[in-house]
Formats: sequence, structure tokens, C-alpha cells
Amino acid sequence: MLADKDRIFTNVYGFQPWNLKAAMARGDWDKTKDLMVLGQDGIIDKVKASGLRGRGGAGFPTGMKWSFMPKEPKADRPNFLVINADESEPGSCKDREIIRHDPHKLIEGALIAGFAMRARAAYIYIRGEYIREAETLFAAVAEAYDAGLIGKNACGSGYDFDVFVHRGAGAYICGEETAMLESLEGKKGQPRLKPPFPAGAGLYGCPTTVNNVESIAVVPTILRRSPEWFASFGREKNEGTKLFQISGHVNKPCVIEEAMSISFRELIEVHCGGIRGGWDNLLAVIPGGSSVPLVPAKEIMDAPMDFDGLKALGSGLGTAAVIVMDKSTDIVRAISRLSYFYKHESCGQCTPCREGTGWMWRVMERMRTGDADISEIDTLYQVTKQVEGHTICALGDAAAWPIQGLIKHFRPEMERRITEKNGGGLSPMMEAAE
Amino acid sequence: MAEAPQIPDEAETRARWGAFAWTDDNQKKANEILGRYPKGREQSASLPLLDLAQRQVGAETQTQGWLPVPVIEFVARIIGVPYMRVYEVATFYTMFNMAPVGRYHVQVCGTTPCLLAGSDDVMAACKNRGLIKGATTPDGLFTLTEVECLGTCANAPMVQINDDNFEDLDYDRTTVILEALAAGQVPTPGSTIGRKSSEPAGGPVALKAMVDENHDYRGEWA
Repeated sequence: MLADKDRIFTNVYGFQPWNLKAAMARGDWDKTKDLMVLGQDGIIDKVKASGLRGRGGAGFPTGMKWSFMPKEPKADRPNFLVINADESEPGSCKDREIIRHDPHKLIEGALIAGFAMRARAAYIYIRGEYIREAETLFAAVAEAYDAGLIGKNACGSGYDFDVFVHRGAGAYICGEETAMLESLEGKKGQPRLKPPFPAGAGLYGCPTTVNNVESIAVVPTILRRSPEWFASFGREKNEGTKLFQISGHVNKPCVIEEAMSISFRELIEVHCGGIRGGWDNLLAVIPGGSSVPLVPAKEIMDAPMDFDGLKALGSGLGTAAVIVMDKSTDIVRAISRLSYFYKHESCGQCTPCREGTGWMWRVMERMRTGDADISEIDTLYQVTKQVEGHTICALGDAAAWPIQGLIKHFRPEMERRITEKNGGGLSPMMEAAE
Repeated sequence: MAEAPQIPDEAETRARWGAFAWTDDNQKKANEILGRYPKGREQSASLPLLDLAQRQVGAETQTQGWLPVPVIEFVARIIGVPYMRVYEVATFYTMFNMAPVGRYHVQVCGTTPCLLAGSDDVMAACKNRGLIKGATTPDGLFTLTEVECLGTCANAPMVQINDDNFEDLDYDRTTVILEALAAGQVPTPGSTIGRKSSEPAGGPVALKAMVDENHDYRGEWA
């Protein structure tokens, strides 16, 4: 188990107050100016050296992302940092804990990251349904302004930096970075075509970097404790600590910060009190939030929980939202419900996704009841392949992958339902075929 | 569509809401919201202003609030864009109610993590209490909606009622909350089984020192 002294989010459960005074007593905002003295490129180099990969799902190296920003922003085209707190991926509930219990880690990280990428301001886009969490965040930002930590001459560093909080209003798709920028501009959250990438033309047409809450909030601690410390956890190219969120059929669901590459078995045994009904009762796991394919029990049990380890199993770490399903689960219904989710959240811009998500859900519902033909399983698979990769953003892919994972690993179960519904066993043999 | 929301007659709506304007309090809030965005980018305020307007409508009608057409027009005038630009935003995002809702908007999460943890029971408890999915009870007290993942998966199943979450639910505890609301009481939000937040039930495995004191771990850094 990761030692408590090596945890970044020490107040993740909120037993202690979130306010500035308590946060400073825990070590936040401690000589932040000295960290900024490293200089913009110095900070980016250290973040690169730490091996930090984006915590929002895609796992893109954070330091490299920052280095794409223009080094000398023009006066009429300032750089912006946008922090993605639109946590809507089914299974994910980590950013919420950071925001409501440790908001100053995020705000300090925003200043340092914003400074490193030469941004003029940060917008924190928090999902609309996090109502109480947003109240905390607004209050924490106000505290930081009052203490001179952000705003003009932030932390006495001579750098001017604003932090604004923007509440969404309920749309999963706004977690996609360009949809988020559209939404920040007050429009429908429909993703933009790329290129141009946000680092070239993002918010208000200005260079913008979009980072996940966790990626930003870990940065001050990495700088304080050294990149080598952060890189000492996890396997190569998967370094660091990570907030895991375990839900579903474990004895004690929870959010927990652990070292990357921890084995699934250890994660569940140590922190969640084991699988409900024991390890023999495990059916399958969705290891990274609803968008990644499920992994059957025997493959996941001793797998390392990191980007590359789960990719090798045909799945992904995503946001590290681990959804555990035991043998009591109606697996087809569980995946069909995700299909409904994607149908509900499709923004309607690209035809394959708008029409495909609804079609896939309707067929999945027939698969659930067995009211289908066995050949339709192949048809369904083909349609998922036609949605995947043919849309502007990754929502189409995300809708296709869970179904592909289901067909790959649970095809016999789907066939069983269809056969049973059609009277069971083989269809009656025709007389002439004797 | 049988499930389509029943939007009141336009003439009636216009008579009731045509003169909508901010209260003094909300005028201040609106100014503060507009101050967050650069000059010439007032459209950015469309989401927060629609939310503020919906809350004001809610306060005036003793409900969670909704967005009558004249109110959307009002917001469009403030940020200086055509009505359609704001209307399409209001219909795109799920948190904006396009038709009146009840005093309490009961939003049951039904996505897979909550489904696995028993959201069927929560939904059943709501239905057996007389709530109707997609509609408001005749007494105007409850509107029931099944919503998509609300990001509280380690405390599933959950329901959001107006601004507060109720977590770690089951059939009986859901019924208790609904009965309390119906009786005019204010049930305590958060976990209904005594968890502080998302730690394992029964107490945290890690960071035990944080439970009783604001522990500073820096002294243990090597």
C-alpha cells in the first residue's frame, strides 16, 4: 500500500476543512513563489521529467502538452488554461473529491501551470450538477484572491494571473476539450474539428491548453518533492500516483490514491474489502470508466492498473474509474445501459454517432431480452465498427467500444439468450432433411 | 410523444413572465458573472445567466424553476445575441427545465455504476411513493427524472434533489427521504449510511491520521 506520507491528496475524504488556513497547514501554497522562480521552461522540464501523463483519460504527457503553447503570446491573443472539471464519465468521481475537499491544490496548480504555459488566466469548467462542489470552489478562489495568492502579482511573483470558475449545465460531451471551449463561449457543446488544435486556436480563438483537474492539482507537490519522487511509483512510462475510484460489486466502494501499476487484486483486497462473494464470484471489470471495453475476470485479476497494462488487455486506464461486476450482474443490461447513456449524450452533430448510438441501444435492448436473431450480433458488431472512427470526437468510439468488448468476451451469453427466447435448443429439423 | 414535457400555452406564459427582470440580489450576481469574461465575449455568460434565471423563476414559483420563453429572451437581450442562440443552448443542456417542475426535482441516477448498486430499488421506492417518471405529482411536490451519471459512483446509488445529493441509498432510505420532504422537513444530504464522503464504509484504510487532526505529512517526507 502507498504510504500515507506519499499521498498527494491528504484530505481527499474531507475529514478536515477545505479552507485556506487548513490547506496551508497541510502544505499548500507553501512558498509558491519559489516554485515559480524555476521559470516557465524549468517547470515544464520538471513536469516532463516526472512522467506525468494526463489524468483525464487519454494519458497524453502533460509536460509535452504545455510545451505546445506559444512562448511569446501576443497582447491581443493571450494564452489560456482551461481546467476540465466536467467529470461525467460513468464511474468517475475523483475530481469531485479534489474540488470539495482540497480545492487549494487545484488553484495553486492552476497558477503554476498557467504560469508555465504563459497563460493570462485559467477557467475551471465544473460540471453543472456539482452544485455544492462549485460553491466550495467559488469560495476557495475568493479566499485565494483575498490572500493575494492569485490575481495581480500572484504570490508576490510579479506575474498577473486570474482564475475563473465556470459552471456547466449538464452535458457529458462538454468534457471533450473542444466542446468544452464551445460551452465556455456560451454555445451548445458540440466538438470542433481538429486541426486547428486548441494550442493554436482554442478559447476565443486564442492558444489554449485543456487539462484535467487531477493533472493540474498534482503539479505543486511534484515540484516540491521532485520529479524523481513522483516517477518512483509505477512502471516505466506509467509513473506516479493516481486516484482510483472503485464502484460496483466490491464490499466497500471507495476513492483511493494509489501508486500506478498496482495490481487489480491488491487494489480491491486492500482498499475495498474484496469482491462481493469472493474472487470466484467476479464476472468482469470495466477498468477505466464506461468508455473502455470490459475485461473478463480471469484476465484482470492480476493485471497492473496502468495505461499500458490495461491497453495490453484490449482496454484502457481511462480515468481509473473501476466498475466491478460480479456474477449476479445482467452483463448485457449493464452494457445496454451504457449504450443508452451514449444515445442520451450524443451531441447530434455527426450522423454516425447521432443515428448509430440510438440504433445500437435499440438492438442492445433486444439482445438483453433475447428478442433478436443470432446473425444480428455480427450486424451489431459491424455497425459499431462503422461508428468508430467516423465522428469528429471520440464519443462515437466510446459508444462502440463497450459493445465490442461485450461481443468479444460474452458472445455465448448473448447467443444463449436468443436461443432460449426462440424456444430453446436447435430449431426443429425439417422432415425432408432426415 | 407521450413523454414530451407539457409546456404551458404561450399567451399564458407571456402574460406571467413577460415582465421578468432580475431581483436586486440577482442583478448583482449577474454583473459579477458578466465580469468573468473578456469584453465582447458576453455570450460566455449564457449558461450561468440561464441558471440564475431558472433559480429566480424557481424562487418565485416555489419550485426548482424552469425557463419560460420570455425569460430566455430576457437573457438573450442581456448578452446581446439573437434569441435562437440562447434557446438552442437552453434545450441542449439537461439542467435547464423547459417546462415547469415540482417543488422537489428528484433526479435518480440510473447509469451502470448506480444500476449495479441498486438504482432499480431507488426508482421503485420513488414510484411506490406516487412519483411519476417524467411528470410532476398532482400536488406539485415531486417531479421524477432518471438522469445520467452524476459523478458520485463510489457512493452509489444516489439521487439529486434540487441542489443536494443523497447517497448510498436503498429502497427504505429513499422512502424515508421522500417522506421527510413531503412532511416539510429538511433531510441531511450526503451519505445515508454515515460515511463522511467516499472513504470505504466503516472508516478509511489509508490516511487514518487525518480523521482526528489536520495532519501535516511534510515532516515525514524523505
